[in-house]
Amino acid sequence: MTPPDLARTGLTPQEYAWICEQLHRPPNRLELGMFGVMWSEHCCYKNSKPFLRQLPTQGAQVVVGPGENAGVVDLGGVYLAFKVESHNHPSAVEPFQGAATGVGGILRDIFTLGARPIALLNSLRFGDLHVPRNRALLAGVVAGISHYGNCVGVPTVGGEVYCDPVYNGNPLVNVMALGVLPTPQVMPAAARGVGNPVVYVGATTGRDGIGGASFASAELAEDTQAQRPAVQVGDPFLEKCLIEACLEAFATGAVVACQDMGAAGLTCATSEMAAKGGVGIRLDLDAIPVRETGMQPLEFMLSESQERMLLVVARGREAEVLPIFHRWGLAAVIAGEVIAEPEVQIIYKQQMVAQIPAVALTENTPIYEREILLEPPLAVQTHWQWQPTSLPPATPAGILGRSWNDIVLTLFDQPNLGSKRWIYRQYDQQVQNNTVILPGSADAAVVRVRGQLGVAATMDGNGRWVWLDPERGAMAMVAEAARNLSCVGAEPLAVTDNLNFGSPEKPEIYWQLAMVCRGLVQACRALGTPVTGGNVSLYNETQGQAIYPTPVVGMVGRVADIRRRCTMQWQAGQCLYLLGVPWGQDSPTVGLGGSEYLVAIHGLVTGRPPAVDLAQEQRVQRICRTGIAQGWVQAAHDVSDGGVLIALAEMAIAGDCGVQITINVPLETRWDEFLFAEGGSRIWVTVVPEYRSVWESYLTEELPGAWGFWGVTGGDALVIQTAHDPIVNLPVADMHHAWANCFPRRLEA
Amino acid sequence: MKCAIVVFPGSNCDRDMAWVTEHILQQPTRLVWHGETDLGEADLVILPGGFSYGDYLRCGVLARFSPVMGAVVRHAEAGKWVLGVCNGFQILTEAGLLPGTLMRNRDLRFICDQVAVRVERRDLPWTCQYYVHQVLTLPIAHGEGCYYAEPAVLHELEQGRQIVFRYHGVNPNGSVADIAGICNPQGNVLGMMPHPERASDANLGGTDGLGLFQGLLAWYAKNACCRLSL
Repeated sequence: MTPPDLARTGLTPQEYAWICEQLHRPPNRLELGMFGVMWSEHCCYKNSKPFLRQLPTQGAQVVVGPGENAGVVDLGGVYLAFKVESHNHPSAVEPFQGAATGVGGILRDIFTLGARPIALLNSLRFGDLHVPRNRALLAGVVAGISHYGNCVGVPTVGGEVYCDPVYNGNPLVNVMALGVLPTPQVMPAAARGVGNPVVYVGATTGRDGIGGASFASAELAEDTQAQRPAVQVGDPFLEKCLIEACLEAFATGAVVACQDMGAAGLTCATSEMAAKGGVGIRLDLDAIPVRETGMQPLEFMLSESQERMLLVVARGREAEVLPIFHRWGLAAVIAGEVIAEPEVQIIYKQQMVAQIPAVALTENTPIYEREILLEPPLAVQTHWQWQPTSLPPATPAGILGRSWNDIVLTLFDQPNLGSKRWIYRQYDQQVQNNTVILPGSADAAVVRVRGQLGVAATMDGNGRWVWLDPERGAMAMVAEAARNLSCVGAEPLAVTDNLNFGSPEKPEIYWQLAMVCRGLVQACRALGTPVTGGNVSLYNETQGQAIYPTPVVGMVGRVADIRRRCTMQWQAGQCLYLLGVPWGQDSPTVGLGGSEYLVAIHGLVTGRPPAVDLAQEQRVQRICRTGIAQGWVQAAHDVSDGGVLIALAEMAIAGDCGVQITINVPLETRWDEFLFAEGGSRIWVTVVPEYRSVWESYLTEELPGAWGFWGVTGGDALVIQTAHDPIVNLPVADMHHAWANCFPRRLEA
Repeated sequence: MKCAIVVFPGSNCDRDMAWVTEHILQQPTRLVWHGETDLGEADLVILPGGFSYGDYLRCGVLARFSPVMGAVVRHAEAGKWVLGVCNGFQILTEAGLLPGTLMRNRDLRFICDQVAVRVERRDLPWTCQYYVHQVLTLPIAHGEGCYYAEPAVLHELEQGRQIVFRYHGVNPNGSVADIAGICNPQGNVLGMMPHPERASDANLGGTDGLGLFQGLLAWYAKNACCRLSL
């Protein structure tokens, strides 16, 4: 084995030595290739496992935790499967197919368990939209998601999009899927029953996507376009047929186990099924349906052709299963059997061409624990020194010669705050006829599950905050996800996480990873939302330049009665309250550090993001949920990017109705902090006047010192004034215009 | 009123339709696999939305050759009700049961939105629960919804009062004459791009689409059959 041969597999000489030790002989080329993909970060989490182990995974609601194809929680008599996955590297190279196959892959994780997919969400990051390549990436990714999700018939109900120059050339595409199990039985991935046939179903195998998992575990280089063969091509029509055929086949009871073929294709499916079942699998490549001639064993084993599954069927019941796939126009062949030796055995032209203990591929994999920096890196410490006093003076009239009206309109024209309608309008949001809350009208999506029972879902991440303070940033992300669910009236249940980072071999990035996990652990524990699985995407670097560390969480929650849902659309004549840290009050949990205002208006990415008070967070959220369940709260929206004023303005836009607020602030107040500071576990809610006294006595009792009444909605402008000065006075229509045109203006020029 | 909903490979609004006909309206409903050739006693045949055959080659063009389509054509020729929504509308035009064709949207992007749709006539079972020029809010979700027909065909459609629904205010996809839905000269075959079945459940929001199905039910109750005598 020459060093270049080894380098092509992505394995180190040390790892090669360990492989020889486990096999008691040197691997042949095929075996080495199989180890190469299975021991990649994408498949075995060799750099992140030490952190992932710390995450809280237990809870009464958890049915299936990490380690399976997807997590499963009990929604209350109905089992819900959900998971997030990234397709960052493929999307950087070929945005349309990269994103499309990301959708296909996460859906297979869901229906592999026997769940019918009911909803999709996505979390996207792109570079500066002034750069044509980034606009093309955005348009391509959105078109790819639209193409696959719409055709496969699963509604895309929510998501988030942020743009920042750090993602130039390295977009992030994280997709989350939810599914409902028709019965309490989860289809296992563990093969069992020696002698049971192994059945290959779905699409044929070709040379597409060979080595995709290894590609996804390396940095992007300048010649990345040459990697296009590593990107797969998806066929959502085939996947739709595969969903129906699999669910029908599972219903026969003749299928013993199932595993989808995603990253590392046949290699991953055979070894994981065998290892989980404590058995072996013998696979005959000559039986595999192909779309190309002359394929070599290594190509079979590394192909990432999409829309394929491996099943173990009870011996003698093949005739119940195979015809179902044939009726849906899909390949279904017996391609091997379960064997007693706990090995993966690959047969090609009647010869055994590979023979590897299954656990060597899946469990006895390398783990790298590195030294964690004891102190935050110097650059981070410097950012923490920043103070708002270093900004130009702010007066009631504005800042930098610009009025606050102008600042608000500028903020709404930022891609991070502007309407995402241009994007979600391309997604079918309603297919399956269960979408209760459409994108854009509330803080989270709500989908009906059964009867009046619903599920709420959200995806959240804030790379900028995490970059400035990974621990606080991660806590704030989980807190916001839970807050978003609470704002539609849902009780947060569990989390799936996607860790998008640069190279863990760099000490400061390894430190970020460690601190993010520390933040995740604290927040998930405090908010009672265990992690049921997720995904790790490392080496998100282009020419050595890392992205912001961008953990993203997908959180699901229970909506007991979909008729008691809440959006952010207020109506005229409702009483307006701010829950959480009172507006204008000094608090370590509120500040301008890392805020959208600092970036958009002053071009600064600096400061320390505010601390998160998890106990306060939980209290505020509980009170919001109770208010909604009682029917007191009519509209709710959390304070996040852009701060307290932008959140208020967003509600005015959503409800097409203004509000006038007279404030009384101390002289020394910094006006920009007052208007745009973020954090503080804050939620704006409106209440109909008839419930005002019962609501206020409830707040006095349950949330002393952490709420305020700010006025009554009405009029067609957002007005903030002191006794002497107008601060903001903007027609809702003007704000709507800036907000609505943010993306069309950039993408349709 | 017996309903048959055809399931092509790639149909994805079949169950949504069944939710309305079977669950909300409590009508006997059967999902009919595209390989079948017998529609049984169905009064209403629905070609649902979705991506039959992945929309390969051209939307609806492959579905047209499915075995079931012979029975659908006979059903239509017998004067019985055929409804095609979205991909179903595309299939009806490919099968020659309705004139014209559906092309890619004007801006070449898929559009999912709530749009205003105006009812052009109410002397049909499909629209008898609405009033003339009533403006409905209905969801659309399509990439190829831009209706086109030759000027002569368009003239015939206008003269024959075959335009049943038009987009009101904003034309989302560039359809000629703002066409959102048309019927055959007899009025028993309706094709439309908006999804009435997605606006039929009060638990989810708007119910402007339910009137279409209720119209059929009312007509059926009055005439004890689904045939039209115009």
